[in-house]
Amino acid sequence: MEPKLIAQAIAEALKERYPEEVKEIKEFRGQVSVLVKKERIREIMEYLHDTPELCFSHLRDICGVDYLGKKENRFEVVYQLFSISHRHMLRVRAEVPEDDPTLDSVAGIWDGGNWHERECYDMLGIRFNGHPDLRRILMPEDWEGYPLRKDYPMKSDLGDKEWKGLKKVFELSEKNKIYEMGDHAKER
Amino acid sequence: MIIDGSTALVEVEEGVKVIPAANTIITTIDKLVNWGRVSSVWPLTFGLACCAIEMMTTGSAHYDLDRLGVIFRGSPRQSDVVILAGTVSKKMVPIIRTVYDQMPEPRYVMAMGSCACSGGIFDTYSTVQGADTFLPVDVYIPGCPPRPEAFIQGIIKLQEKMKAEYFRWSRWR
Repeated sequence: MEPKLIAQAIAEALKERYPEEVKEIKEFRGQVSVLVKKERIREIMEYLHDTPELCFSHLRDICGVDYLGKKENRFEVVYQLFSISHRHMLRVRAEVPEDDPTLDSVAGIWDGGNWHERECYDMLGIRFNGHPDLRRILMPEDWEGYPLRKDYPMKSDLGDKEWKGLKKVFELSEKNKIYEMGDHAKER
Repeated sequence: MIIDGSTALVEVEEGVKVIPAANTIITTIDKLVNWGRVSSVWPLTFGLACCAIEMMTTGSAHYDLDRLGVIFRGSPRQSDVVILAGTVSKKMVPIIRTVYDQMPEPRYVMAMGSCACSGGIFDTYSTVQGADTFLPVDVYIPGCPPRPEAFIQGIIKLQEKMKAEYFRWSRWR
């Protein structure tokens, strides 16, 4: 069967099993994605992972999307799933509202989800319940704000929100300027 | 072995005189010290992005930095110049400053590439707008990335700058 049709069939089966959870099945350029509610995401993922016929053994990626002002629910967490034994794939998107940006972690199902969820938390501030070690992964640990949110400043100058560690170095280098070479080089 | 029996002072270069019969060179300490420094510029590699690839190319056989006395070191304690090759992110700034502070005097800084010079195209939350915001940069090498020729030109510029220094060999400056 064509990969597209397999994914379509999987999506339909998922809808049959979780009629309340699956909101939409969409296909674009041969890739099928399922939009689900976030409440039972862990259960859905366990089903996709554990069922032998589906066997989504590989979590390719988790990423977050910010739909500020474009959708009713501001965030979406996107899971790219792949089955190594069956060679089929599926995209699962979970809706996350702005006032409660939390959902269950899947790091217990796929170990690879650990860092992906940390990145998603770091960049968009989406919290994953039950994650073993939810810390920032790319930005410094005392960084303020979530840079990939659409309302985050675009330019390098963050003003008052600037990272403390950077300010400290700038102050230090300003102070150390008196020790620099000064007039030891002849004017040319 | 004395080849030339002449005892007259001969000026071979501006500020450098020799007495051939006595095998003697007369010059200033400035000249001597600067000559030593210029002949062995040991850079600390600080590859931060794609410019580091170009820096490695410059060090390899085609362009061969060794002939200029440039030998890359892995430790700030052995280095004279730090070459910032690539995009300087804010998270990297405290680390770069620490490494720079560990280098013995006299020390120099080269900013290689558009990013290290000015932030380049990355006017974003994570990027510092030029290494000169927190380090005294001596030589700027523009380019994205600069070609090895441009990089060598930068080293030569630094050597010219070193040659022009005076009284920088004493603790009592």
